Amino acid sequence: MPFDIQKIRNDFPILSRKVNGCPLVYLDNAATSQKPQQVIDCIVDYYSNYNANIHRGVHTLSQEATNAYEAARKKIQKHFNAKEAFEIIFTAGTTHGINLVANGFSEILKKGDEIIVSAMEHHSNIVPWQMLCEKTGAILKVIPMNEEGVLVFSEYEKLLSQKTKLVFVNHISNALGTINPIEKIIEKAHEVGAAVLIDGAQSCSHIKPDLQKLDVDFYVTSAHKMCGPTGVGILYIKEEWGNKLPPYQGGGEMIAEVTFEKTTYAGLPHKFEAGTPNICGGIAFGAAIDYLNSIGFEDIEEHENELLKYATEKLLEIEGLKIYGTGPNKTSVVSFNIEGIHPYDIGTIVDKLGIAVRTGHHCAQPIMDFYKIPGTVRASFAFYNTLEEVDALVNAVKKAKMMLE
Amino acid sequence: MTIEAIQEELIDEFSMFENWMQRYEYMIELGKSLPLIEEKLKTDDKLIKGCQSKVWLNSEMKDGKIIFTADSDAIITKGIIAVLVRVFSDQKPQAILDANTDFIDEIGLKEHLSPTRANGLVSMIKQMKMYALAYQTQLKN
Repeated sequence: MPFDIQKIRNDFPILSRKVNGCPLVYLDNAATSQKPQQVIDCIVDYYSNYNANIHRGVHTLSQEATNAYEAARKKIQKHFNAKEAFEIIFTAGTTHGINLVANGFSEILKKGDEIIVSAMEHHSNIVPWQMLCEKTGAILKVIPMNEEGVLVFSEYEKLLSQKTKLVFVNHISNALGTINPIEKIIEKAHEVGAAVLIDGAQSCSHIKPDLQKLDVDFYVTSAHKMCGPTGVGILYIKEEWGNKLPPYQGGGEMIAEVTFEKTTYAGLPHKFEAGTPNICGGIAFGAAIDYLNSIGFEDIEEHENELLKYATEKLLEIEGLKIYGTGPNKTSVVSFNIEGIHPYDIGTIVDKLGIAVRTGHHCAQPIMDFYKIPGTVRASFAFYNTLEEVDALVNAVKKAKMMLE
Repeated sequence: MTIEAIQEELIDEFSMFENWMQRYEYMIELGKSLPLIEEKLKTDDKLIKGCQSKVWLNSEMKDGKIIFTADSDAIITKGIIAVLVRVFSDQKPQAILDANTDFIDEIGLKEHLSPTRANGLVSMIKQMKMYALAYQTQLKN
């Protein structure tokens, strides 16, 4: 083990609870991560000691809360290596960030313009673009994937043209775990003058991206995927795009001056942050990032790769088990089915044994349609999972198979 | 047998089991005895909405009683619909409409289902009662 796994597990109070009389084995990390005591303490501290509205009061509490919130923004900027702190927009989460960009582009796109998404997107990265296309007359193109669950890059290159205005791809597929080659995707899009939005919801807990090096135009993610609270996330927006896109929602905080004749908008980031934000969430997001960095992303990656390798090997020993998403670049997600058994049946039985996995289409129906299956069982591992937990999963799946055959 | 008598019988049967694992095994067993819907009737209009796995339900009237047949692509779901078919099939429409469904709680079926599955169970019962209502209306006209 590259690090002290027991010490890490002790940071997460929930990991010691029981489910259906069995120790909880939490393998639904792709849906949401568990929260360490450090993040929970941060939330309690905020509401116990300095809860106030930000950016407006001169009183001490308001200043303390404002300072903590803006310090979190800087922390996030540093973590993702954005050039400026004002390029980090606090959102309610990934979906909110995507909709904010889609809304902005509804003013920019013209009939016949093209936008490209990948075949392995989450519904939240398909539906907003479909709505955008309906509104603007733009055309949605899809990068196909192969049987391994890997995007066909040559097809992507063929789709690109001067008409392409936007490309949206997730860094990692939530349903398959495939890591997409976003560096190359961004480079190629920029060659034709298209902007790129990367959905980092699935990758941010595994890979620390360097936004400046990637030269990406937009990057969205959610705090709850990386040990932070739900209901908060970020949109990174490159400065030039931040100035170009119109505001998303009107309200307090996003204005410079208001008269009944004319309102002038505030600059970045406030232009996109109407209303009182999730102050505590933003601050706790900062605490979560501190926590992950205290463990270290290299160690996290190494440990998760070990879990992935072990789980893949052990699960494949089960007769009739098929894994979906078998490309060479994968994160710690194993999506599988057993021949002749419905994924819901497996999910139901393993839950009774204390194991939390996800079953269903994972909000990625096009992928399920591609493989012609109703859904999969998905086990997704985090750095606080252990090899013993992989064994517990494998044994539970074996038991389910015995019962269901 | 009346609906109440069948429900009592099921409560007795399920009370023999000590844990959920045995109950599930029994439900899987019951699924195997489900009167299957004909393959050609497995069309989308026979699917019950609100189930996460596919459940087809058919009904026909025979000598004043409703005969249900069904199937599912998931085994545990098939067990659940089998329990319901056993209770409600071969009964008069009015009896189905009048029947209460407390036995589901008594055999501990719902507490062992995830909320999504429990919703599916409610949809199944609703669909059966809808058929009963339709036939009952026909009888009156």
